[in-house]
Amino acid sequence: MTVTPGWYMALAAVLFVIGGSGLLLRRNALIMFMSVELMLNAVNLTFVAAGRELNVLDGQVSVFFVMVVAAAEVVVGLAIIVAVFRRRSTASVDELAELRG
Amino acid sequence: MVETVLFVIFGIAAVGGALAMVWARNPVYSAMGLMVTMFSIAVFYVSNSAHFVAAVQVIVYAGAVMTLFLFVIMLIGVDKAEDRSERFRYQRPLTAGLLGLFVAGVLVAGREAWTLARPAGAAEANGTIENIGDLLFRRWLLPFEVTALLLIIAAAGAVALAYFRGTPDEEEAEG
Amino acid sequence: MDALVSLVLLLPLGGTVLLLGMGKRIGEPLAGWIATASVAGSFVLTAVAAVDFFEGGAHGEVIGWFSWLPAFGVDAAFLWDPLSAVMTLVVTGVGALIHLYSIGYMHGDPGFGRFFAYMNLFVTSMLILVLADNFAVLFVGWELVGLSSYLLISFWYERPAAASAGKKAFIVNRVGDVGFLVALMLVFASFGTFSFESVFERAPEVLDTGTATAITLLLLLGATGKSAQLPLYVWLPDAMEGPTPVSALIHAATMVTAGVYMVARTGVLFELAPVSAGTVATVGAATALYAATIAIAQTDIKRVLAYSTISQLGYMFLAVGSAAYVAGIFHLMTHAFFKALLFLGAGAVIHALEDEQDMRRMGGLARLMPVTFATMLVAWLAISGIPPFSGFWSKDEILAIVFGRGGAWVALWAVGLLTAVLTAGYMARLMYLTFFGERRWSDDLHPHEAPATMTVPLVALGVAALVGGFVNTPWRLGLEHFLEPAFEGVTLAHPPEGATPWVLAIVTAALAVLAIAFVAQRYVVAERRPAEEGRAWGLLRAGYHVDEAYGGIFVGMGAPAATWMARDVDQRGIDGLANGVGWLTQALGRWMRPLQTGYVRTYGLALLAGAVALLGWFLTRAGVF
Repeated sequence: MTVTPGWYMALAAVLFVIGGSGLLLRRNALIMFMSVELMLNAVNLTFVAAGRELNVLDGQVSVFFVMVVAAAEVVVGLAIIVAVFRRRSTASVDELAELRG
Repeated sequence: MVETVLFVIFGIAAVGGALAMVWARNPVYSAMGLMVTMFSIAVFYVSNSAHFVAAVQVIVYAGAVMTLFLFVIMLIGVDKAEDRSERFRYQRPLTAGLLGLFVAGVLVAGREAWTLARPAGAAEANGTIENIGDLLFRRWLLPFEVTALLLIIAAAGAVALAYFRGTPDEEEAEG
Repeated sequence: MDALVSLVLLLPLGGTVLLLGMGKRIGEPLAGWIATASVAGSFVLTAVAAVDFFEGGAHGEVIGWFSWLPAFGVDAAFLWDPLSAVMTLVVTGVGALIHLYSIGYMHGDPGFGRFFAYMNLFVTSMLILVLADNFAVLFVGWELVGLSSYLLISFWYERPAAASAGKKAFIVNRVGDVGFLVALMLVFASFGTFSFESVFERAPEVLDTGTATAITLLLLLGATGKSAQLPLYVWLPDAMEGPTPVSALIHAATMVTAGVYMVARTGVLFELAPVSAGTVATVGAATALYAATIAIAQTDIKRVLAYSTISQLGYMFLAVGSAAYVAGIFHLMTHAFFKALLFLGAGAVIHALEDEQDMRRMGGLARLMPVTFATMLVAWLAISGIPPFSGFWSKDEILAIVFGRGGAWVALWAVGLLTAVLTAGYMARLMYLTFFGERRWSDDLHPHEAPATMTVPLVALGVAALVGGFVNTPWRLGLEHFLEPAFEGVTLAHPPEGATPWVLAIVTAALAVLAIAFVAQRYVVAERRPAEEGRAWGLLRAGYHVDEAYGGIFVGMGAPAATWMARDVDQRGIDGLANGVGWLTQALGRWMRPLQTGYVRTYGLALLAGAVALLGWFLTRAGVF
């Protein structure tokens, strides 16, 4: 039984869903952020698998860009979390619910 | 053959790490779990001949990003117990339902045949540095430069966010 | 000539603008002098410009200002011919005197500047009306005088009676104006133009009798509104709520004569529709008699004069309906003199008795107010048609011409004769109650003669009422020669030849003297005034209850309709709609507010739901399902 790119995509889907559940079910901002990173990684895996399936290199180039942007996003996001924590001494996003109707 | 074995082993590792990340109480354990997942994914990249990307994954993602995460976890406080009750009653069921739908959709899509034509003159999918570099600096030059700019902006933004924030007392004094 | 006539219009216009803007700051008495000067200036300029016409035979010229409505071929243009010259002289001459009088009369009133601004506005509007070269400009002047009348009647607007009177005048006028407007539409439909020259020249060929009758009857409707004839006269007695100079100027001498002028100007059209001309004459005669009967029983001095005006206007309509255009304009002129004089004199009396207008509380003022008494005496004799005063010449010329037309017209002549008798009678009653007999006013009043600014105009008008008739005597028809060029297109009626006019005149004058003697006997010789009680008196005093009838019918029908519109359609319906939109928006917002929970994780769920939906849509598009 050879491993086709489809398997990798299925695995990526599973990882994506796990990340998604972590994003929606955990309250700690850091855990949520890490879940987002997990989802991004899953997507990267999909790109690479698709690139292999289509026999092009563009998939890997996309992964490259995703990684760069993810890194930038992590930088800014963590800075925000730190700033919020300094102010409110909490890392739980449920506490940050002032913008309500 | 080798690939199958690698897939099974590291697949289990990836999923296990992910689950650990989501379920662990201690944020440090979560970070460790994620690390495991990332290394596993790096292995998968190698399996798919994406050597350069694999290297970048280990260096940047596992090496820099996760380290950053650990820094902040330590800063924020490791021992805070988390309240497990849900304010919105339907959060869990809805999450499960929607995610289930999502996966179903993906799997159904996956069963279809690929209809995309292969682009003419595409390079062979060998992800060496030369090949990637060739693409990056020719076809994808503009996005490359733009993302570089983005990185600078992100760094400046993070500095701005962190710089003037002191303790709550200091903030009141200056604000 | 262009410049002169344009200036005649521009002077009072300038006065209006100046006083509207700065009247309050200019204040007493300068504002009054400015207003008077502008009108007096116009008078002088008109006189200068009219010199040409005295040679006779001068035709009118058109002074164009600017092109106004090109789509209708209407220009802002004015016609300077003998007829408009006479009207302008009357308006500015009498107007200037009344302005002068008002400086004294309105002394101390907080709205002094505003008063003179409105007065000048009125003079400007009236001049636009009489100098118009086409129906459109005439209509502009027509409406503007209506506006000025409204503003001046309700000048003391804090008084509910005054405010209502102003509204009544405007609304009743509006009814007449509908007729006027429809007539204008018919004119345009028939001729394609509004210009007097074109219309009058082509009228005989273009109009058939039917259309001409329709147009002229509608014009008559407009005229009855503006000139207070049957059935639209009801606003004039109420208009006495305005200051007395207003009553003198607008509701005696000038604005109410606009209807007469209009009929005279459009004489060509009336000649093509004998039915209408006859209607005009009949309406005039009927109104004259009708109003005279009501005047007998009035107790308010101004109301007597108001009904008297309606009655005398009836004479003018009788004249122009009988093609006696010159006689009609002649009577317009003499009436302006003596009626304005009567009103101004009444104003002096009212002022002297501190705003007392009820004649039952006057009396014995002859010695105390000699100038007023003397001038009003002159006016009284003039209106009663006693020679050689002006009223005699004008009224009797009308009666002679009407009699001379024979046939059914003799009936109208008889009505006119009867009215003349009544006129002499009720005016004698007025003079007696006001100036003779015992003093029926309270002791703390000290009536005295009016100041010079008020008595000078009285004297001037008195002189005019005395000698004004000589411009058109049978020996020297000065006015007729003056006006002839303006009436080229029509056949002027003339009094019968020979002694008939003289016989008629003597009969009329004699009957008038008899009427005066009768009144003298009843009121003076019997030492006491008659009680003036009884149902007949009550009916006359109430004006045959016409006002109540109109109120019941029209207001009774209109009020529920208006209430329904205001309450149900506007408030509930339209406002409800507008408010409903607002309410709906708010309700929508209230319903959707819970979506903003403030919790990031619920937002995440929403995002996921959207993503799943998108995935489903893409898959459907790809034909997976």
